[in-house]
Amino acid sequence: MAATDKPQALYAAAQPAKAKKMSLERSQQRWGWVFLSPWIIGFIAFTLIPMTASFIFTFTNLKLADPGATEFIGLDNYRKLFNDPDLKTSLWVTLRFAVVALPLSIVIPLSMATLLNAKNLWAKRLFRTLFYMPYMVPLISVIYIFNGFLNANTGWLNMFLDSAFGIKGPDWLFDPFWIYPALFIIGIWGTGNAMLTMLASMQTVPTELYEAARVDGADSLLIFRKITLPLISPVIFYNLVLSLIGLFRYFEIPYVIKRGTGDPGNATLFYNIHFFRTAFRFQDMGYGATLAWLIFLIAMIATVLVFASAKYWVFYAGDRD
Amino acid sequence: MITLFTTLIVIGYLSPFAYMTVTSLKDKTQIVEGSILPQSPRTFVYEDEALPIYNVPVDGEMKQWALFKKGRESSQFIDPENPAAGPIEWQGRWRQLETAMEMDIRWGNFETAWTEIEFPRLLFNTLFIAVVGLIGTLLSSICVAYAFARFPIPAKNMLFLILVGTIVLPRQVTLVPTYAFFSQINWTGTWLPLIVPHFFANAYNVFLLRQFFRQLPRELDEAAMIDGAGPFRILISVIIPQSYPAIVAVALFHFVFAWNDYFEPLIYLLGKRDLLPISVGIQEFNFVYDQQPHLIQATAIMGLALPVILFFFSQRVFMRGIVVTGVDK
Repeated sequence: MAATDKPQALYAAAQPAKAKKMSLERSQQRWGWVFLSPWIIGFIAFTLIPMTASFIFTFTNLKLADPGATEFIGLDNYRKLFNDPDLKTSLWVTLRFAVVALPLSIVIPLSMATLLNAKNLWAKRLFRTLFYMPYMVPLISVIYIFNGFLNANTGWLNMFLDSAFGIKGPDWLFDPFWIYPALFIIGIWGTGNAMLTMLASMQTVPTELYEAARVDGADSLLIFRKITLPLISPVIFYNLVLSLIGLFRYFEIPYVIKRGTGDPGNATLFYNIHFFRTAFRFQDMGYGATLAWLIFLIAMIATVLVFASAKYWVFYAGDRD
Repeated sequence: MITLFTTLIVIGYLSPFAYMTVTSLKDKTQIVEGSILPQSPRTFVYEDEALPIYNVPVDGEMKQWALFKKGRESSQFIDPENPAAGPIEWQGRWRQLETAMEMDIRWGNFETAWTEIEFPRLLFNTLFIAVVGLIGTLLSSICVAYAFARFPIPAKNMLFLILVGTIVLPRQVTLVPTYAFFSQINWTGTWLPLIVPHFFANAYNVFLLRQFFRQLPRELDEAAMIDGAGPFRILISVIIPQSYPAIVAVALFHFVFAWNDYFEPLIYLLGKRDLLPISVGIQEFNFVYDQQPHLIQATAIMGLALPVILFFFSQRVFMRGIVVTGVDK
């Protein structure tokens, strides 16, 4: 009895402990699901189902005013994409805006952060607050402030250009070319957040690196390119992604200034203005959904490209090579 | 030096605020005339007539006299400080004279704009939407972040990836059916579509909170567990008390977001004046009053007053929150 009983006794003794450990793990899992549930429900209700529905809509001619009359129209909405002149215009408008806006959205806060990080600057905290503060101004107020500030006759920008340089400023808000710089100017106040995160990141760069570089004879420009930029590249990447996301949602500024008309002469007919008009003004939800999926596709491709490019220029100091 | 340079940049950067303030205190003619400060031409009432006052050079001095009778090579003026002396003849062309201006601040603009847009109503609406949404997002985002940070959920990493994916997802794709859905259940024209979705956790907030929770050492959790605390108790008594900076940051972010939100109220409230928040309210007002820049600037000030004041009071907390959660990538 002794030889065979012992292992069995040991096995029996170990059972309760193992059972307790497994049920703790399982109970932890269950609690995890409980706490996760708000998001799961929200994700299904507000993301998954709408995405599927929206995809289905692209094959219909749904008009919200009369949902009962919806029919399946196959690929007609997709064919419409190729024949829609407003679509081509809006893609072109958004693209040429993006090509300048995206780099500006990084370069401007980066410059401001560099300025605020300068060694000989006094009252850094004060300047930091002053530069950040306009970020807190609600977009609506920003739009109307600049709508007045950029006015061709009574706005201060043109009055300043005239009195200080004798230049007659352009009609910022009504000229099809100058409206774009005007839009950039309006967007400058929105760079406060990027500036702050970049500044914070710059301040974590160990000063020994700078000192060592200067001892080796490097000048400020070289130091900036080879030390500062790589070390803050994660934050630059973060802000680049945010700017990209913001670009694909760009709507309020052109909509409020021009009341969704796309003036002057379609110069502000951004993609989302076209989408908004199609879906909410003309109530063409079927084609609207198609436009939505198109921008979704473009946005996904752009995001993947940016993330893939990260390998080449984003340097994580915490990683080991 | 660099401080001087930066100061110049800041002045230019903030100059639109000066424009806004000064313009809001003018009236229409002052704006059209193009003077920088709210000034109006001085006038002097003489024999029941308001005469314009000019800067008249007399014997090497500049006097401010009221133009009584216009002539080509000479004109008659009244000295406002000595009207009894009667009209004074002055040699010169009156058209070359500068109009005398005096400060004329129109504080009344604010009252006009305030009553016209029914600002108290707009303010209440905005606060209600912001605060209730804030409660919802805090409740749900904290729970979901807690789940991601502390519990062994199967496929947790994939789920988290999906969560982050929804941040990048353009809203247009889900917008049309979501709007159609809310329309079908008659929630459009109410505040519900603006508030209820926040009770299901916001991806960005969950992301921030999860990063923060993960940094907290588990020892305290385990100590509480040994003392018999359940997961809920641990959340309330251990995790949350340690996370006030991140929670406050999330609260401020949401508040600012809600205050700023224009698009969703625009489409969901169907233009019902009683329900509009400040953002849409100001826009509607300025649509009607678009030829009145002084009133428009007054409304701009009203719109930004609360967030900016809030910012100045909490700036230390706010900026630290961004740095703590934003730099840690």
